[in-house]
This record gives sequence, structure tokens and C-alpha cells, in this order.
Amino acid sequence: MSLKIVKAGYMPLIDAAPLIVAHELGFAEEEGLQLELQAAPSWSTLRDLLAFGQIHAAHMLSPVPVASALGLLAGLPRLNAMMVTSANGNVFGLSGAMTKRLEDQGFAFDFKDAIAAGEAVAALPRPLRIGMPFVLSMHAELVSLWLSSFGMVAGKDFLIQAVPPPLMAAAIENNELDAFCVGEPWGSMTVERAAGSLVLPMAAIWSCAPEKVLAAREDWISGNPAVAGSLMRAVLRACVWLSDPGNLTMTAEMLSPDKYLGLSSEIADRALAGRFMINSAGDIRRHNDFLMFEGDGICFPWRSQGRWIAERLIERFGISDAYSAKDAERVFRSDLYRENLLPVGAELPLASSKVEGSLAVPTEVPTVSGTMILGRNRFFNDKIYDPGQ
Amino acid sequence: MANALTIVIVEQDKERALGIVDSLHETGDHKIHVLAEESGLSRSVAQLNPDVVLIDVTNPSRDTIEQLTTASSPMDRPVAFFVDRSDAQMTKTAIEAGVSAYVVDGLQMDRIKPVLDAAIARFQLFHRMRTELETTKRALEERKLIDRAKGMLMKVRGISEDEAYALLRKSAMDQGKKVADVAEALVTAAELLS
Repeated sequence: MSLKIVKAGYMPLIDAAPLIVAHELGFAEEEGLQLELQAAPSWSTLRDLLAFGQIHAAHMLSPVPVASALGLLAGLPRLNAMMVTSANGNVFGLSGAMTKRLEDQGFAFDFKDAIAAGEAVAALPRPLRIGMPFVLSMHAELVSLWLSSFGMVAGKDFLIQAVPPPLMAAAIENNELDAFCVGEPWGSMTVERAAGSLVLPMAAIWSCAPEKVLAAREDWISGNPAVAGSLMRAVLRACVWLSDPGNLTMTAEMLSPDKYLGLSSEIADRALAGRFMINSAGDIRRHNDFLMFEGDGICFPWRSQGRWIAERLIERFGISDAYSAKDAERVFRSDLYRENLLPVGAELPLASSKVEGSLAVPTEVPTVSGTMILGRNRFFNDKIYDPGQ
Repeated sequence: MANALTIVIVEQDKERALGIVDSLHETGDHKIHVLAEESGLSRSVAQLNPDVVLIDVTNPSRDTIEQLTTASSPMDRPVAFFVDRSDAQMTKTAIEAGVSAYVVDGLQMDRIKPVLDAAIARFQLFHRMRTELETTKRALEERKLIDRAKGMLMKVRGISEDEAYALLRKSAMDQGKKVADVAEALVTAAELLS
């Protein structure tokens, strides 16, 4: 049987692992697909390759498909999130100069307490210039949500600046940035090169934020439903495999070669395990839910997540009434997930939307065939987000 | 000149930048700035307040430029830019050629088109040159390998150059491989054994 060719793009980051594993371990091939992977030099270029049909699917920042439904991607076609492929994975850090100020105030650097960190950061000189990889990202949403709750106004008290992660350390050294928010390994590497510090894992702001999704054009999915289904099954199997801690070392080895991330396997391993170097003195902190691939309902593309992102984008960019969060949430394709992953026994919750931020501990919920456990789901300020109808 | 545009080119390679500037000058009396520095890029671009920004699609700093197309808060307007995708075919062609063009919203397409056409043609030329260079390089390396393999065969088996080549070719045909691959295998094996 000849294999269907699927071209998929990714950014060379640790959380591109689901696509890479789907290919390397033959999950794609078992689904009848020949996965041709292509690394992209920037998020803009990856998005354009997808939008103009040079690739069929991509590892994508979760807000990008939602933005496509809110008119933020001027003229580009509507993109969908077929499934979530990872939760969390970013860190917030400070330049050397800002670190020094917090040290002088006796800040604890416990890498945990988002309230104490928020108060300390809000007391720094303004405007605080914060580098992050892309404007439409969970990085930007969570940093904005967090800092605005301490009275800081976007565009005035803090400025979000898009800087490619490999250039982050240089931007700090040139005094163009006071802070940064990036995924690993760039957080630790930035600290190592630019003598700053890591203050918080972004999971301390939202304990299970949908970080990356498997994205495709809506019209490609409807024109190729069987291929889309095969791709989703292959990627889900990869995510399940990745969630087994026993596979961590092998994952680090798989991602490490130049053709994928071009990183030493030690650095990849540290990022996968959630171990950070939080300052240039080499202090290590751990965070357990730092980066998660599957389990506890992570891969399910909840409509409520799409709605949350849409409402944040509308608030941040002042989007016109012509667009609605209610429509935009539908780019999170829980319908497609149910249809394609039921046959392989994926856990399918009864509801497609949930109240976000309401689970202090892992909690059992009903599924179509029994029950499943949803992981801890809390915002830093204990607020609860009810998407309504 | 009424048609003159302010154009920013983000390009680290001096030769390439000059090539682009030359071809754009042919389309009108434009004011052209080349930015080679990655640091302070978004500020520099914003200060120049250009009508058009051209950047290689493989440049990671595209994400920095892209930011200028979105407002930083509901009260703000984008610094200067808007990704004009009114002509989707043009954008697609540009991206395939390897250049992304940011155009200020509201500019007439007939003013922009000659500039974009020239940029696209120039990037296609870069692409062709790079492919040709790689092909030539590979051909040279293959030639070197085949020469070394021939030399070894001539020495070890006491045969002529033509016979050595015929032997390599036959072996390649039998194995369904390229002559260069067989030569490489032979050279590597010889290095391991010596």
C-alpha cells in the first residue's frame, strides 16, 4: 500500500516532539502516512507556509488559529487546531540589571509564587520591556494577564517585543530588554549567556495552558478528512508515548541531532524533565508540570480554551464587533477529535467545554464510556473562567 | 518623483543587499535603507517609517518585523505597517521566491507592484544562484572522490585509469548506486583499513 504524503512544518523547539516522534517511531507510517517534516525559521514563515498550502499541517502556537478567526491574520485563510499537542513549557526571566534590583530587595527567587513575583516585577522601573518569540502566543497572553492584574497597562507600563529566542540573550546584553518569556531550552540558555535569572515557570500563571496545537487549514481538513484523521491518530500516539517518563532519555536523543533541534541531548533532557538553571551561578529548580504532552485531557481541544484565548485577544487588540469569541472558539476542533480518536480508544469527555481554573486537584469527570481524570487547572489568582454558552 | 517610495531592506549580506537595491532603483527613484543589524530592528524600522519592508523569508527576525503589524494595545495603532495580502497570488509568489514584503495599508497596488516584481525577480535569482552553487560544489566533491578511488584501484590492481573507471561504473550499476557513492564507500573503507 502506498503511503499518503503529508508535509508538516515545525519550529525547532522541544515541544515539536509530537510530530518528530510520530515520524521517527513509525506512528505515521502505521497510519498510512509518509510524514515529511520541515523546520521553519520563524513563526511568521511557518504560518505563511501553512496558509499558502506549501505544507499541510504544522506545530503551531495555540492563539494563531484563534487569531485567524478574529481577523488578526489579514487576508489569510481560517486555520484550525485539530488537537492540543502540549501544555505549558515557558518561563519568565529577568535581565541581570533587574535581577540585581530584586536581589537587593531580598526577593526569594523560589520559582513558584506568582503573586510575590508579580508584586516584585510591578515595582521595577517602567516601562518594562519584555521579549518573547511572537506576539500571538500563550507567552503574550499569560504575561499580559499576570502583569495587568498588578495594575500594569500593556503598551504603557510593559511593552511586548518579539525577539527570536536565539537572539534573546544578545538583546538583553544590548540593554534592549528588561525581561523575557520563552520556552526551554532558551530560558536556561538566556540566563547562562546574559547573566539574568528565571523568576517563574508560566505554569504558575495557568497550571495547564494549551501551548502548542496541531494546526491545518480548515479547507484542507474538510477536503482531506481521512488523511487529517490519520495524522491526528499518529500524533496522539506520539503524545501518549511522550508522556511516559521512561521515554524521556530516548526523546532527548531523538530531538538532539542537527536535522531536528541541533542541541546537546543533556540540554534537551533537562528541558523535558523540567529542571532549570535559574541563574548564572548554576542554581537548579524543578517544576513537575512544566511541559506536558498527554494525560489528564491535555490533547483534547476544549472549546473553552479556544474561547478563553479569543476573549484575551479581543481585549488585547480591541477587535471589532464583526468578530465574536463564540465563533472563534470553533477553531478548536473538539468535534474532529471525537470523530477521529474514538476508534482508537482516546478518552472523550462528555462535554466539549469546561470551566477553566476550577480544579485545585486532579478530578474525575464523566466520559462517553466511563470516567477520566482531568489534571489540576488553576490560575495564579484563583479566578475561575466560565465560558458560558 | 511622485512614485518614489521609502523602502527598508532587512539583509545581513552586503552583496545581496546591494543587488536588491540595484534592481529596486530600476523601478523608480525610491528612498532605500538597508538594515543589517539584528539589534534594535523594530525600533529602527519604525523610525524610518517606510512604505515597504522587504525581508528574506528564512530570516528569524521576520517575527520581529511582524510585530509592527499589530497594535500593542486597543488604544494604539500599529506602528506603521499592515501586511497587505490584498493580492494573495502576489504574496504567494513572493514567499515562494523567498522574500516577504510588508506594505503599508492603503497604498495603491500599481505603485507597489513594480517594486515587488523586481524584488521577487531578484530573490528568484538568489535562489537559482544558491542551487547552482550547491550543485557545482557537489559535482566537484564527487569528481575528487572518484579520482581518489580510481587512483587506489590503479595502484592496488595495476590497471589503467580507464579500466579503473569502468570497474567503478560496473560495480555501481550492479548495486544500483551512483558511481560517486561506490567511490566514497571505497575511499572510506580504505581509510579505515590503512
